[in-house]
Amino acid sequence: MTREEVIQKVNTFLIEEIEIEENLLKEDALLKEELGIDSLDFVDIVVIVERYFGFKIKPEEMSNVRTLSQFYDYVYQQVNKK
Amino acid sequence: MRRVVITGMGIYSCIGKNIDEVAKSLYEGKSGIGIDTLRTQYGYRSPLTGIVERPQLKGLLDRRARACMSEEGEYAYMATLEALKQAKIGDDYLENNEIGLLFGNDSSAKAVIEAHTIALEKKDTTLIGSGAIFQSMNSTVSMNLSTIFKIKGINLTISAACASGSHSIGIGFTFIRNGMQDMVLCGGAQETNVYSMGSFDGLSVFSTRLDDPTKASRPFDASRDGLVPSGGAACLVLEEYEHAKKRGAPILAEVIGYGFSSNGAVNISQPNETGSYIAMERSLKEAHLQSKDIDYINAHATSTLQGDAIEAIAIDKLFSDTKPLVSSTKSMTGHECWMAGASEIVYSILMMQNSFVAPNINFEKPDEYSCKLNIATKTTTKNIDIFLSNSFGFGGTNSALVIQKIK
Repeated sequence: MTREEVIQKVNTFLIEEIEIEENLLKEDALLKEELGIDSLDFVDIVVIVERYFGFKIKPEEMSNVRTLSQFYDYVYQQVNKK
Repeated sequence: MRRVVITGMGIYSCIGKNIDEVAKSLYEGKSGIGIDTLRTQYGYRSPLTGIVERPQLKGLLDRRARACMSEEGEYAYMATLEALKQAKIGDDYLENNEIGLLFGNDSSAKAVIEAHTIALEKKDTTLIGSGAIFQSMNSTVSMNLSTIFKIKGINLTISAACASGSHSIGIGFTFIRNGMQDMVLCGGAQETNVYSMGSFDGLSVFSTRLDDPTKASRPFDASRDGLVPSGGAACLVLEEYEHAKKRGAPILAEVIGYGFSSNGAVNISQPNETGSYIAMERSLKEAHLQSKDIDYINAHATSTLQGDAIEAIAIDKLFSDTKPLVSSTKSMTGHECWMAGASEIVYSILMMQNSFVAPNINFEKPDEYSCKLNIATKTTTKNIDIFLSNSFGFGGTNSALVIQKIK
């Protein structure tokens, strides 16, 4: 899967399932401060990522993920690790 | 003594999704009972249930609020919105004033079973998601509504089986009368999903009269063969009288008596005429009334053989001289369980406002106990100044409320 394909799928679930407005989805957007993703939303994102991409996010691997770009990179690496 | 009045009502049930629809159904004697084929597939003995449409909350509530909301919480939200609107309570009022919230609820099965199913399949509790814990706790209704409506006063769930909704009003009444709150949202909520009633169905107490679902719930009738489960939610705004007048709120009725008792018996599921009698008698005493003052009794009668008989004996014992009109609205709604004690106050106030007694539909032939009651078989024009509403639950918990037209 290419990074572009990852971005497209991540954006789709962020818009449709987490209900974040599309115009906020910029690569440098801060997940917590700008997109409003809190700890409960993150639990749902773990569930959705497992469904969309077939792997389970490990919270400890997310400690340095603060922006949407870093989140795309993390998912891209995990998907292509398989 | 502080007076306690009702300044708003909301209802979401199988006979209507708002007070206007429900008032019409009550007047017409319309049943909300149908068949849920999913129950048959799941292994129920009876697929009969009140058919309650799930509300669409997208656009009304944000994703976080919806994710935490159980089915019965959704119904309660709709009922509470309607009650607040009628009571003229808007966002500004909620933001700047202390209101309490006491809701009757005694189960929330769907999220529990779905979470268990995911854990079994995935062997990973994280994959249950964020909403399940808030949906599965018994206090799901009060915790969700208190967050959404910015509640700052008393805030808890009353769990008392099929008397939950009635006790919530009785306890809210007590809080206001004693000066501890000026306004409390009281209500009851009941889930209707396939997981919610399986164990109850397993007791073989549900009607299996499948040929005509609208005839299945027949409280007090000699040929009754069991109750029909149902659900939805009801909400009432209880408020101190002077507080309501000062706000210019519509005053719909006054709560004047709350009687309670427990059966003190060894059987967990069987009712008891003494306990029922004491609750009714206590509600009259608290309201400084005599049995002759009651114009209408909204009976608990669920359409079970034993329960209806016991209640008929207790009502006859207390009201044999005056024989007020009696009906069980469960003949139309089915048994709304945790919600029933609150919804039946809404139903009875609608009758009071429109001067009629709703029929006890399907009451065709009395048995040896119900023949002693004055049961309304048809919609009956009647001025109701004061009514009494009964609710009884497993574990022998009894509640009776007395409500009067405001004077």
